[in-house]
Amino acid sequence: MSDTITFTIDGVEIQGRRGQTILEAADDAGVYIPRLCAFKDLSPYGACRVCTVMANGRPQAACTQPIAEGMVVENDTEQLKKVRRDIVEMLFVEGNHFCMFCEKSGNCELQAMAYRLGIAAPKYPYLNPKREVDASHPDILVDHNRCILCARCVRASKDLDGKNVFQFIGRGPHKKVGVNAEANLSDTNADVTDKALDVCPVGALLRKRVGYAVPVGKRLYDLEPIGSDIEAKRAGQEK
Amino acid sequence: MAKPKVATTSLAGCFGCHMSLLDIDDRILKLVELIDFDKSPINDIKKFTGRCAVGLIEGGCCNEENVRVLQDFRNHCAILISVGDCATMGGIPALRNNIPLQECYDEAYKNGPSVHNPSGQIPNDPELPLLLDKVFPCHEVVKIDYHLPGCPPPADTLWEALVALLTDKPVDLPYTLIKYD
Repeated sequence: MSDTITFTIDGVEIQGRRGQTILEAADDAGVYIPRLCAFKDLSPYGACRVCTVMANGRPQAACTQPIAEGMVVENDTEQLKKVRRDIVEMLFVEGNHFCMFCEKSGNCELQAMAYRLGIAAPKYPYLNPKREVDASHPDILVDHNRCILCARCVRASKDLDGKNVFQFIGRGPHKKVGVNAEANLSDTNADVTDKALDVCPVGALLRKRVGYAVPVGKRLYDLEPIGSDIEAKRAGQEK
Repeated sequence: MAKPKVATTSLAGCFGCHMSLLDIDDRILKLVELIDFDKSPINDIKKFTGRCAVGLIEGGCCNEENVRVLQDFRNHCAILISVGDCATMGGIPALRNNIPLQECYDEAYKNGPSVHNPSGQIPNDPELPLLLDKVFPCHEVVKIDYHLPGCPPPADTLWEALVALLTDKPVDLPYTLIKYD
């Protein structure tokens, strides 16, 4: 049995390897599927649903759904773009996202996703929840106002750092990232070199005293939309 | 034919977006060939003189006067544009939205570190507009036709959007001109 699997995304034939998810195979082929909770070094989680595609006519999270021979995937359609816009808009109104003074602005994946999807203002009413800031750690800041519950830090701390510093607590609207201590992050073994800090897509987990180092205009998503690096791969393959 | 009229106002904003509008530099000469300013802080006209083609709203609604002015703009303008983060999402004033109003008053007029107010009075003159319990983005109060986010939106964003609207072209701004910071 061959290990190569052939399927299509938006009518384009894609070759992937057995065991890959739709998202992984698409990335390798230079087709960008928007995502917020998926991250290349972390196990698939399927939390944000921004990567929702139609796989053989059913909505599926591309980050968790394995590819299959002859699978027909829809990705860049108006219907799916609307679903993704709605999800990202809900993430914006559900937290307190003040881009104008956030250290992550310009390098933030949530913000970049809104730019790419063409969101000028969310259509939903803002919830303005009361959330905490944990600045107890000498080198790390946790701002729950900006957290989108993607679980990247939870997974990275466990799988990459081998520490288990972060874990979810609560359910529904009360769900939040908790730390593995009685009260504060300073009581955990979290360290400024932890990979968990690198994977946060938003400004919820920040290293202290390094913000605003890159000037406006030179940040990650100032000039090119998020996903451009992946799409550039395809442009290279076609040449 | 008379030139179309543009009105502008700053509600719960800092006038930064108006500064950004002035930042179009010498293009302001081209702009006055295209339009006349009606009610606006730029020419200090206080009341609408008639219907306007475009209204630019800076700032969200933090008090009852903001709401009245915004409704007045909606009644007079064919196209209403939320300009800047305060108008589109509340902005810095909306930081008070998860703090009870009484606590805001107490901090501002009684307990703040730089406050000297032995009588403990909170300003309550009938001339002062009453604060709303929350700061609202403009589209939660009236219908808004276009949103130009940014803190402030770049001068090019305002220029491109205005020129497109006034010359009957679609407002299709490039990626670099729609930013939230």
